[in-house]
Amino acid sequence: MTNSFEPTIIGFTCNWCSYRAADLAGTARIKYPPNVRLIRLMCSGRLDPTFVFKALANGADGVMITGCHPGECHYIEQNYKALRRFQLMRRTLQGFGIEPARIRLVWASAAEGARFASEVSSFIEEVRALGPLHWGKNDNVSSALTEAPIKKEEVPA
Amino acid sequence: MTTTAKPKFAMYWAASCGGCEIAVLNTNEKILDVDANFDVVFWPVAMDAKYKDVEAMEDGSILLTLFNGGIRNDENEHMAKLMRRKSKILVAFGSCATEGCIPGLANLSDSREMVHTAFTTITTDNPHEIYPMTSYDVPEGEIHIPNILPMLKTLAQVVDVDYYMPGCPPESAQIAAVIDLVIQVVQGKAELPPKGSVIGAGNSTVCDECKRTRNVKTIKAFNRIWGIAPEPSLCLLEQGIPCNGPATRSGCKARCPKAGAQCIGCYGPADGVEDYGARLISAFASVLDAKEPEEIDRILDGLVDPTGQFYRFNLAGSLLKAAVPAWKKEKA
Repeated sequence: MTNSFEPTIIGFTCNWCSYRAADLAGTARIKYPPNVRLIRLMCSGRLDPTFVFKALANGADGVMITGCHPGECHYIEQNYKALRRFQLMRRTLQGFGIEPARIRLVWASAAEGARFASEVSSFIEEVRALGPLHWGKNDNVSSALTEAPIKKEEVPA
Repeated sequence: MTTTAKPKFAMYWAASCGGCEIAVLNTNEKILDVDANFDVVFWPVAMDAKYKDVEAMEDGSILLTLFNGGIRNDENEHMAKLMRRKSKILVAFGSCATEGCIPGLANLSDSREMVHTAFTTITTDNPHEIYPMTSYDVPEGEIHIPNILPMLKTLAQVVDVDYYMPGCPPESAQIAAVIDLVIQVVQGKAELPPKGSVIGAGNSTVCDECKRTRNVKTIKAFNRIWGIAPEPSLCLLEQGIPCNGPATRSGCKARCPKAGAQCIGCYGPADGVEDYGARLISAFASVLDAKEPEEIDRILDGLVDPTGQFYRFNLAGSLLKAAVPAWKKEKA
């Protein structure tokens, strides 16, 4: 099953560092798997946790959040806000039975194209190993009571 | 109205606790206005009526149906579809019908596990592990009980809903205002709000109604409500008490924060909030005074059950709707 499984990853990048890192990876012709769909935000601090929940609910197998290194945010310290949201989000998603490894936070500066590519590759492999998430695909599972073991002979007459 | 006959009113409960009915009765003498202006045709908690009576009614013949409770079994689903067909205006009434509420928390586990817990653990004396059967042959014929669904659904996830009235339960004053509005509409003195509106509640957040002072202060630790005596005039979240006010719809006049207890979010998401829990994650992350991952984790350890904190009322109505065990039966 996992051999043919290609994970769908949604990646959020910030305009000033990590998107440029992805750009650099492209111009430097560094290869990484095509599973990640990048969405550019102005800042990792713009990342509303709703984006992540929506991505997962609509079929993403993993979500990657990227931003400038701590201390290097274009908007002073919004990447710290992203970090706090990320850590709280991961705990909350755990309650939904979603493995923490399915969301990853990566800092990458505009000069780190190679690092960006290797983080994407390793994240894809990690999610591939976890298997598909397939949120909501099993909506039509049969109901509980009929599946429960029933000891008919024990029902008092 | 062209005829002298009073318009018909119905109220039904699906998977709910009965608190919504009590809230309706708490409108006190306003309930007499309902009787004066409506012909109550179906209300299982208040009067005797059979499903067959409703089935025999003409489609669309009930003007207003208040439907409370979530959709937990196939009987609930059948009644939701039936009430939809028979009613002109169907209102998802209360938190269970609008967003799943407490019964929706069962969506965090496999429904078979839920049945096992209910029938074999400490709550039930059942040494032979006998489970209910959905159908059983007796000498008189085959008898049936409703079959439980894999997940609790909100009313709007099953049928088309005209209006939403949040709250666990909706505040009685808000119910009275809605009853007044419908009576005025019936008398031709007012117009109905656009379909899909939230009625009987405000549009902003509980924070907007809360009188406590906010100073944009950050916190170093979360406190549990029994652990401290909250300062009476300061924002509870700024005192480290996990208060759900920032994402919760207004309409309750901030009753809980006023009394020194944190908002638990029973009025559901405010206007423009797509995922209630996600909005709260944003809000809570903003008040943490920490930049190092380890320090952030230390503070977050004080928030004992984030999933329960953020989705106590809204799980079934959230973007994710249910946890993995409820979806993935093969892993259970």
